[in-house]
Order: sequence, then C-alpha cells, then structure tokens
Amino acid sequence: MGVFEHMGDSQSILRVEGVSKAFPGVQALSDVTLEANRGEILALVGENGAGKSTLIHILAGVHRPDSGRVLRDGGEVSFHSTHEAEAAGISVVFQELSLVPNLCVAENVFGGRQPLKRLGLINQRAMYRATQELLNLFQVDFRPSTQVGRLSMGNQQMVEIIKALARNAKVLVLDEPTSSLSLQEAARLFERLNQLKAQGMAIIYVSHHLEEVFEISDRVAVLRDGKLVGVRPTKQLDEHQVISMMVGRELDAMTANVRNEGGKEMLRVESFSRRRVFHDVSFSLNAGEVLTFFGLVGAGRTEMARALVGLDAGATGRVLVRGREVHIHQPSAAMHAGLAYLSEDRKNEGLFLDMSISENFLAPNLSQVAPTGFLQWNILQRLTSTYTRQLDVRTPSLNQKLRKLSGGNQQKVFLGEWLATGPQILIVDEPTRGIDVGTKQEIHRLLRQLAAEGKAVMVISSDLLEALRVSDRIAVMREGRLVGFLPAAEATEEKVMVLAAGVSGPARSAKMEGVKA
Amino acid sequence: MSTTVSKPTGASGGAGRGFLRRMIEQRELSIFLVVVVAAIFLRLASPNFLSQANLTALVLGLSFNGIMAVGMTVLLISGGFDLSVGASLSLAGAVAGYSMTKLGVSAPLGIVLGLLIGSGVGLANGLIIAKIGVNPLIATLGMQQVARGIVYLLTSGLGIPNLPDSFDSIAQGKLLTLQYPIWIMLAVVVVGEILLRRARFFRQSYFIGGNERSARLSGINVDRVKILNYVLMGLLAALTGILLTARFGAASVSAGQGTELQVISACVIGGSSLAGGEGSVLGSLLGVVLMALIFNGLNLLGVNPYWQTVVIGAVLILTVAADALSRRRSTAK
Repeated sequence: MGVFEHMGDSQSILRVEGVSKAFPGVQALSDVTLEANRGEILALVGENGAGKSTLIHILAGVHRPDSGRVLRDGGEVSFHSTHEAEAAGISVVFQELSLVPNLCVAENVFGGRQPLKRLGLINQRAMYRATQELLNLFQVDFRPSTQVGRLSMGNQQMVEIIKALARNAKVLVLDEPTSSLSLQEAARLFERLNQLKAQGMAIIYVSHHLEEVFEISDRVAVLRDGKLVGVRPTKQLDEHQVISMMVGRELDAMTANVRNEGGKEMLRVESFSRRRVFHDVSFSLNAGEVLTFFGLVGAGRTEMARALVGLDAGATGRVLVRGREVHIHQPSAAMHAGLAYLSEDRKNEGLFLDMSISENFLAPNLSQVAPTGFLQWNILQRLTSTYTRQLDVRTPSLNQKLRKLSGGNQQKVFLGEWLATGPQILIVDEPTRGIDVGTKQEIHRLLRQLAAEGKAVMVISSDLLEALRVSDRIAVMREGRLVGFLPAAEATEEKVMVLAAGVSGPARSAKMEGVKA
Repeated sequence: MSTTVSKPTGASGGAGRGFLRRMIEQRELSIFLVVVVAAIFLRLASPNFLSQANLTALVLGLSFNGIMAVGMTVLLISGGFDLSVGASLSLAGAVAGYSMTKLGVSAPLGIVLGLLIGSGVGLANGLIIAKIGVNPLIATLGMQQVARGIVYLLTSGLGIPNLPDSFDSIAQGKLLTLQYPIWIMLAVVVVGEILLRRARFFRQSYFIGGNERSARLSGINVDRVKILNYVLMGLLAALTGILLTARFGAASVSAGQGTELQVISACVIGGSSLAGGEGSVLGSLLGVVLMALIFNGLNLLGVNPYWQTVVIGAVLILTVAADALSRRRSTAK
C-alpha cells in the first residue's frame, strides 16, 4: 500500500467502474460505477437483492466481477481472496462477525499475524501493547486480555473494526453494523466512525435503517435491481426520496387504515406465568385482529410466546384456543391446536438454509404432504408454488437453496411455509428484523391482509413504528408484566413508550426503531 | 432483478443448467462411474475377478456391511452415527448362540432374542443420546465396550460353536444360486431406499440433521425420531450378526470388529455427510460395493491382507478431503 500513499492527490481512494456480476438466473450487478473518497462516509442502500451484498463481496475479494474494474488509488486491482483485499487496505466487517469467542481481544485483533520473538514464539507483550494502543484510540472499556465471548455485541463489533485498523485498512466496509447493537452501542459506534472519517478513512456503510443513514453518512448511493439509481449528498435528500429511489415508485402512505374490531375470540391466555421470566399475563386475541406485543429488550414477550407454543417448559396459567383449554408442551401440539410460531431467529430456529425452498416448505407440512405416510411430491409442488407466488418470493427456482436468498425473501419463505400449514392463530416474532424497507412494507401489508382474511395475528415487535402501523391493538410489556393495552386509534409513540419504559417524559420517538435485542 | 425472475418457475427451474451437469452433481452417478472403472481395472489386472466363485464371494461378503449401511445412512442423515454396531452384531450372534445351545431354545426364538438384544442396544444408545444429551461419539463408543464385554462374559471369551443346522441354514441356504444373506441385503436396501425417499417418518431425519432447532420448531418430534433411528440401527446390526453367525456356524467373540468404521466410511463415500442432512441408501450401497472391490482387488493381486486396514483409513480420509475441497470451491465461486 505504501506505494500509493503519496498519490494522495485524488480524493477517490476506491473506485469501481462498470462492474457487472451475474449469478445463475439473476443479474446481481450491472454496470455499476461508484467511488469512495478519503474522509467520507458513503451509505449504500437498496432493497433485497438490489446488489449491495454482491458489491461488497466484490470489494472483499469473495466474488470477482464478470466485467468492469476495481481501482485502488487509481491503480487497477483484482482480488482473489479476502487476504488480498485486506493487503490492499480494504477491510469488510460482515454482519456475521468472524471473531473467535474463546480467544482474547488481542489474539483476535492480530489473529495469525502476531508479533513474534525468536524461535517463532508469540511476543505476548508486544501484541498486548499494540492492542492497548488501538483500544485507547477508541476509548473502549475492555482490555486486550478480555475474552471476546464475554463482550457485548457492540464491543465485539468494535473489536472487528479495531482488527481492520490493525491491518492498516484505508477503506472500511460495514455491513449492517447496528443490526445487533443497542441504541447506546450504536451511538458509540457512530462517534468512532466519525473519528475515523476525520483521520481520512473512507467508510462504506451498508444499512437498512434509513435514520442511521441520514445521521451518519455524507453521501448516499442507492442500488435497485443491480443498477446504481443515484448517488447524492445526504443533505440534499430526505427519507421519502431515498425510499422511492429504492423501490422505484411512491410507497403507499400507510398500510391499511381499515382496522378490525376483531371477530370471534381465538386465543385466551389467563394468568400465564413463568418464574422470573413473565408474570400473570392475561389477554385475548380475536379472529381478524393484529395484536402487537411491544416492549423493551427483556420485557419477556418472546419468552411468553415460546412458552405458549410449548418450546419452553414450566409455565403456569390457562391457555384456551377457541374456547377449549389446551396443554401445549411441544411445538407439534401447538401446530395441532392451529398455532403457528415464527421465531425472531429464523436462520437458527425455523429455516434450513442448506435446503431448497421446496424442502423448507416440506418441514412444517409433512403430514399434509404425506397424508398416507408417503410423500406426494405434487402436493408439495402445489403448496410451494402457491405460497411463493402469493408472497412474491424472488428466486430463479424453487430448488434454490435458502442460503442464496436475501433476508427478505427468506422471511417470505418462512411466512409462506407456515401459512401453508393453515394456522388460525399466527404468532410472528420480529417479522421484519434485518429486512429492507420495501419488503418490510410488503410484510406489513401481508399481516394486515391475513387478519382481514379472518386469522388471529399476534406480532412481537421492538420496532415502535411497526407496532403502530400494523396493529389493531398494542399490548405493552415491561419487566415480565403486561402493563397495558392501547387501541391503535389512540396509540401514539409517546404513549406506548411511556408504558414500555415505565417513565413519563418526552419519548425519544425518532430513535425508537433502534431499540432491538 | 427483472420481473421474469421474480416469478417462481417451479420444479423445472433447474432445466437451464444442463442435464449432464446435474447428473455429475448427483453423487450416486459419480460413485457408480468409479465403481465401473474399478471393476474394469480389476478385470484387466486379474483373470479371476469375473469368475463366478469370486463374484459370489464378493457379493456375499459385502451384503453384511450393506445391511448395516442402510441404518447408518439414516443415522448420518439425522446428524448421528453409531460406533457400537460391530459389537452389537457380535452380541446378537452370541445371545442367539447362547440361548440355542445353553438354554435349548428353538432356532426361531434364538433369532428373535438376538434381534431383540440388538434393538435393545440401539434403544439404549438412542435414549442416552436423545434424552440425556450425551454426544453420539461417547455414547456409542462406551456402548461398544459394554456390548463387547457382555459377549466375552457370555462366551467366556471363546466362541459358541455347534449351532443347530436349522439356524445355520438361514445364511447357508441358496435361492437362485445366491445365498440368502444377499437376498436379505437387497430387500433391506430396496425398502430402505424407498422409505428414505418417500416415507414421512424417514424424511424427518433430513430436517433434524439439517438444523435440529428448526426441525423441533417445525413440529418434528426430534427425540422420538432419533431414538427410533438408533433402534433401527441396532436391529439391522443384530440381523447382520445373526446372518454372520449362521454363515460360520458359530458365534465369534471377535465378529464385527472394526466394521463400524468400514460402514461409516462406505456411507461417507456414498455421499452421506458427517454434519448431517445429506445422504442416500443407494449412494451408501455403492460405497459399500466400492470398498468391497478395493479389498477384493487387494486379495486378487496378492497384497498382504494387513494392508486392508491401512486402506480403509486412507480411503475415508481421502473421501472426506475431496468432499471438503469441492465444497470450498463451490462456495468460493
């Protein structure tokens, strides 16, 4: 890299020129030209499958473009691995962190490149000292010897960034860095990013959260269907403009304004408790309504839902489905009772990423597809194509492995396979976590539509705007207790937050979307 | 992404990828080709290879591992495996032999007792693994020692010879010039292949091996499937043990030693993944055939039989390595 250092006249530290990349059945990127400059934060936004990940994979050396060039300080480069990209000063911090939880911070930061003493032994002292210097720079409160697994997600993210710095990164690419951070952690991250920017680093920031994009970025680049729709200084844009650039049309002002009073009572929960987790929760859910459980992290919403469908044992209280008391001790019993539970962690609890879309549909529908004990492929075929079409899952084929689909499309498959089981009560935990704006809207519309078709829909959400948009009623939980219900017509951000946080005072409404587990 | 790709194209979606390429991706076909090449090589290298005596010995020999490979395939698919099969096999033979010679029971009852003890070992494995959560390596390795130890206790460390003729005939009799074990193996394989492809119960194993937590949330009774898979494995190992005992007319204390690794290797060669979620009975059978061909070739070519053990180990490592390399290439693309 040193060779390029004195060529610093040009601001453009990294440039892609006419880059295209196709995968079987999909033109992931076509003719994208974009540059990142020294001392700026460039936000990269776009819907599912718009080409963001393909682009950063090319920068990281994971994929190679079919055509076009990548220029680093004006010189053409071609990376065959992430090591080569790192050697050229480009570090990518992916959503899934690559840290080793059992090793300490210093070992992670230097992983494989530890300073050595004679005889090839690791020079512990030099390694710790160098790490400490980097930690000081970031004013973080952990030490080089701290085991990484003990750090919070936010601090682990910091370690990834520090690792990139230790490799002398000049361009830092962050893929959805705040997806697992708390609000304060995100704020700390932004401070550090601004600090790095001031030192001349180019930062490419990929995010679904437009508020963040407006808070942190200098320029916004919008991708749609693999093409660059536009790059503009952030100051000249508003959120609405960015969204319409992303989706290529004006969004519906808001989903349904038709709110249902609700029909017949489908689910009734009385004095539902589990020691030290949630206490005395009672509510009823009617056909045709969307009831959203809102609360801060640790309010016990997910735990309550898991106990409801028999995933966690040890809950007491009464549960009635369509007026009949049920005792559900395992998920299969919940299915028989007509409940479908979609976990917030769809990748680990719900989907089979290395299997095809059809096979994923088979998992919860085995008894439907094999009424005689033997599978009938035509039934599976019919279910899969019906629901993927209805939910507009974007894929070249139903034989596509789930791993290759974007998060939004994975979520649609997840919803589709459970709708195929024909549930009357649908419990959806964080339906749009990690999903882009366009698909988010589609999923909100879908939840409303399901309620309109007479299903009872229970949503768990930490996204206040989502709760306000999609619900007929909002149930607020705090510290394991249900603290109140608000009809959608009366709910405001402030009222909900006051209940959820248990304090009165000005709600920090603009930031609430960031309150995540 | 254009509007044309946004429409799901159904099962015909893979049509654009070319027939040949899809066939190559089928593990069964590529291993079948390797089997054919190995057979051609042996035909050229040794005139005795195609003799009827050699071929029937070859097929009879592989039928024992073939039966067990069916159970092991199901286990591997569900993310488990069983190191106790060699010992269960021996135990089933010893229990059958002991009950017929020492307790004087009839041959059919002796067979039933042998099959029961094998299923019992499988049940114990399944309960320990699924209900207590001991990992399959430790659980079945321990069970291997327990079962082998009981064999020594039952037989006082010697074998049990002089079994009734009616018992021996189940492995020594012939139908259409082929010994019964070959027919039994073919029946187990065909039924296993059909069930694993089409039966609801067996299909659940693919999901459990693919992602156990997701399987549970999809309403699959994970524990029950796992336990029954181990019972099935124990039953098939016992069946193999009965047939081997009948074939030799004696229960042997060393029967089945090392077969667990042969069977697991054959399944992995045939496309089962140690990580779970993948595999087929047909592939595993081809794996068994390929290993049998290799051993047969070593015999025909007069290689010191002690090399066989070396070869089993090397073949297993090579297969897993080749698999790892091809995976790495396909993900790097």
